[in-house]
Amino acid sequence: MSEKQKKATAYWKENLRYLVILLTIWFLVSYGAGIMFKDALNSIRLGGFKLGFWFAQQGSIYVFVILIFVYVRLMNKLDKKYGYDDD
Amino acid sequence: MSVQVWTYLLVGLSFALYIGIAIWSRAGSTKEYYVAGGGVSPLANGMATAADWMSAASFISMAGIIAFAGYDGAVYLMGWTGGYVLLALLLAPYLRKFGKFTVPDFIGERYYSKTARIVAVICALIVSFTYVAGQMRGVGIVFSRFLEVDINTGVIIGMVIVLFYAVLGGMKGITYTQVAQYCVLIFAFMVPAIFISIQMTGNPIPQLGMGGTVADGTYLLDKLDGLTTELGFAEYTDGSKSLVDVFAITLALMVGTAGLPHVIVRFFTVKRVKDARKSAGWALLLIAILYTTAPAVAVFARTNLIETASEKEYASMPQWFKNWEETGLLKFDDKNGDGKIQYVGAADKNELTVDRDIMVLANPEIANLPAWVIALVAAGGLAAALSTAAGLLLVISSSISHDLIKNVFNPQLSEKGELWAARISAAVAVVIAGYFGINPPGFVAAVVALAFGLAAASFFPAIILGIFYKKMNSKGAISGMIVGLLLMLYYMLKFKFGLFDGGKDAVAGLQGDWWFGISPEGFGTIAMIVNFIVALTVNQFTAEPPEEVQDIVEHIRIPSGAGEASAH
Repeated sequence: MSEKQKKATAYWKENLRYLVILLTIWFLVSYGAGIMFKDALNSIRLGGFKLGFWFAQQGSIYVFVILIFVYVRLMNKLDKKYGYDDD
Repeated sequence: MSVQVWTYLLVGLSFALYIGIAIWSRAGSTKEYYVAGGGVSPLANGMATAADWMSAASFISMAGIIAFAGYDGAVYLMGWTGGYVLLALLLAPYLRKFGKFTVPDFIGERYYSKTARIVAVICALIVSFTYVAGQMRGVGIVFSRFLEVDINTGVIIGMVIVLFYAVLGGMKGITYTQVAQYCVLIFAFMVPAIFISIQMTGNPIPQLGMGGTVADGTYLLDKLDGLTTELGFAEYTDGSKSLVDVFAITLALMVGTAGLPHVIVRFFTVKRVKDARKSAGWALLLIAILYTTAPAVAVFARTNLIETASEKEYASMPQWFKNWEETGLLKFDDKNGDGKIQYVGAADKNELTVDRDIMVLANPEIANLPAWVIALVAAGGLAAALSTAAGLLLVISSSISHDLIKNVFNPQLSEKGELWAARISAAVAVVIAGYFGINPPGFVAAVVALAFGLAAASFFPAIILGIFYKKMNSKGAISGMIVGLLLMLYYMLKFKFGLFDGGKDAVAGLQGDWWFGISPEGFGTIAMIVNFIVALTVNQFTAEPPEEVQDIVEHIRIPSGAGEASAH
C-alpha cells in the first residue's frame, strides 16, 4: 500500500468513527427518547412539557441541528489534519 | 386597508421580486442551468434548500395535521428534519465530490450501466411528478381563498410564474428566487405564530409558549389534554398510532428525505465539499425554525378552535367561520338540531368537520390579527408552493434533457441543443403539473406519501452502497432498486388503493392484514431493508465492479480537489 493510500484509509476510518458516534446520538434522541421510551420519559416534566412529548416534537429537532454543525467542525479539523482542505 | 387589498399588494410585490431576480440571474450555459454555475455560497444554498424543501405541505398543511393528530404528528416533525442528518453525514459531501449534475448521473456512472441510469430516471420522474402536482394544488387553494379568483385561474397564474423563472433561469434563477422565497415564507409563518403565542401565553417565542401557561395559570398542554379527552378525542400528548408504525413512518420519511433528488441536487451547486456539509447545516437550521414553530401553532390552533366552536350557538360564529364554510373546507351539520356546535370525538355525534389544510390559513383570522398579517400568510403559502414546484421541475427537466436525451439517446447533442431540450422539457412538465393541479387525481395526498416511500425504497440504498461499499456492483444495485420499487408499489396499491380487493372502499378493512402492523406510509422502511438485502445478496454471486469504478469510490471519499461540477 502506498503512503498516499495509507493516508486515505486512515482518514476514512476516522470519518467512519465520527459517523457511528453522531448517528448513535441521532438514533437515541428520535427513536429512543421520542418514540420507544416516550411513555417512560413522559413522567418527567420540563415546565409545561412532558419530556417524551417534548423530545418527539421539539428536542430531537434541536439535537439534529447541533449534530450537523458538530460534524462540520469535526470534519474541517480532520481535513486539515490530513491536508485534504483546499485552502 | 382591507384584507383583499393587502393581499393583492403583498402577493403582487413578492411576484414582482421573483420575476426581477429571474431576469437578473438567467442561465446561459448547461452548467448554470443544472447547478447554478457551481459557485453558490453555503448560506445561500442553505436558504434555497430550505425553501426548496418546505413545500405547500409544510407551510399550509403540516401544523393542521399535527393539530388533529397530536403526538402522532411527531412522525412528520422528526421524519422531515432527521433526514438532513443522514443527508449531511452520508450523502451530500460525497455526491458533491463526485461532481456531476443529477442523481441518475451518479447512479449511472457509479454502476457503469445505462440500465441503472434509466431505472434512476424513472424513479426520479415518478417521485417528482407526484410531488409537483400537490404544489400546484396548494397554489390554487391560496388564490381561490385570498384573491377570490377561481382555483383553476389560480393554478394557471402559478404555472406562468414558475414557467417564467424555471425556463429562463434554470437552477441559477431558481436558487436566487428560492433565497427570496425563504425570507418571505419564514416571515409569513413566524409573524402570526408570535402574535398568537403572545395572545395565549404571554410568551413571544412560540416554542416556549407551547410549554407555557394560559391566563388561568394552568399549562397550555395540560389544558388541551383535558379538553381533548373531555370531548372524546385521543389525548393530545398521547397518540393513537402503534409504536412500530410510528417508528416505521418516521424512518421512511427520514430516509425518503435523504433520497429525494430535488434536495440532493441542491448540494451540487456549492463550490467545495466542506461547503456542501456546511450548507446542509444551514438548511436544517433554517428549516428547524419553521418545524419547531409548527407544533406550537398546532397546539394554539386546536385550543382556539375548541374554545371558539365547541357548544357555541352556530348563529354566534364569527365572520371567518362563514368565510371558510363558503370554500367548503369547513362544514357544520346540525345533527341533533339544537343550533349549537357539537365538536366531539364520536363520529356519529360530531357536527363540525374541519379540513386540516385550513388551520394555518385561518389561524390569523381566528386570532383576530390585523389584515396585513392575513395577507402575509397568503404570500408565504405561495412562496412555499412555488419554490418547491420550481425545484421539482428542474429535476424533471434535467432528467429528461441530460440523462435521457444527452446520455442515452443522443450523446452528440451540442451544449446549446441540450440547454434548449432542458427548457422545452421544463415547459412541458409545467403544463402537465398544472393539468394535475386543475384536475387533481383523488389520490394526490396518498401519492405524496408514496413519493417518500419510493425514494427510500429505490435511491437511498443504491447511493449509500455506492459510497460506503466499494465492491458493490451494478447487478446488485439494479436488482435492489427494482425489487424495492416494485415491492413498495405493490404494497401501496394493495393497502392504499385496495386495487386487488375491490377498490378504495376495501382499504379500511385491510388494515388487519398490514405486514408487521406497518401502514403504507411507513412501508418504505421495509422496502428499503429488502432493497439492501437483495442488493447485497446478488452482489455476492456476481462479478465485482471494474478497477476504475472502485477508484472512483476511493476518489469521492477524499474531500480535496473537488473542482466544479462538470459534464464529463
